[in-house]
Amino acid sequence: MTAKIAYDDVEVGTELPAQTFSVTRATLVQYAGASGDFNPIHWNEKFAREVGLPDVIAHGMFTMAEAARVVTDWVGDPGAVVEYGVRFTKPVVVPNDGRGATIEVAGKVAAKLDDNTVRVDLTATSGGQKVLGMSRAVVRLA
Amino acid sequence: MALDQSFVGRTYPPTAPYEVGREKIREFAEAVGDPNPAYVDPEAAKALGHPDVIAPPTFVFAITHKASGRVVMDPQLGLDYSRVVHGDQKFAYTRPVRAGDRLSVTSTIEAVKSMAGNDILDVRGDVHDEAGEHVVTAWTKLVARAAEEA
Repeated sequence: MTAKIAYDDVEVGTELPAQTFSVTRATLVQYAGASGDFNPIHWNEKFAREVGLPDVIAHGMFTMAEAARVVTDWVGDPGAVVEYGVRFTKPVVVPNDGRGATIEVAGKVAAKLDDNTVRVDLTATSGGQKVLGMSRAVVRLA
Repeated sequence: MALDQSFVGRTYPPTAPYEVGREKIREFAEAVGDPNPAYVDPEAAKALGHPDVIAPPTFVFAITHKASGRVVMDPQLGLDYSRVVHGDQKFAYTRPVRAGDRLSVTSTIEAVKSMAGNDILDVRGDVHDEAGEHVVTAWTKLVARAAEEA
């Protein structure tokens, strides 16, 4: 475990570099295959509408994986993540228009904890809607 | 439909080991578009102190979710899986999952609730390696949305 960020170099309020992730129908098909989650709400528009959704939606776990990248890219070593949790507040709706959706993720240090760990609070939005709530990671810094 | 409260606290036996492969990790990292070399290059992972490539933090969900299938599909529990959405997800890691791991999951039902017609199920998955050492625990909240009665 070798984080490239030093505990002593961060303060409460330190911002992590924000990132924007794009997600298309093709992304969701690829994620379904890699994760084994073939729920049709993630690739079948007809099915999604039948169960009351506005359109095909991204896997919540896909959004969670993208949001984690703001933390893992910052620390360098993904093994530095000690805890990571989210609440799925709104679905990321992915239209079949060739452009899909974008997920915007920002993070900042919310607390300095014991053993060189910090808590990072993340925000994730898509189409102006907050798609993750209570999104927090605890990471061990150098 | 109200869920069977007697399921709270129930623990299911450990699953047969899931063997984590380098190429499965690579496939997952590519699917989330993450170019971090620790996921694909054993030397890069070793430089960070890991014995082999490691998996992205959320990779293990595929394993714990499959294990929890035995819980959520249990007909006695009465969960309408066709209406289930993922409410919350949390992981606590002792160490990252890595290639070569043979992981076993023990699922426990932590809570069963009904709120505003929704059925809510909290499942914990404790993941151990072949030596019996703890690797990660996953907490999953599933919500079966109330049926829209005509």
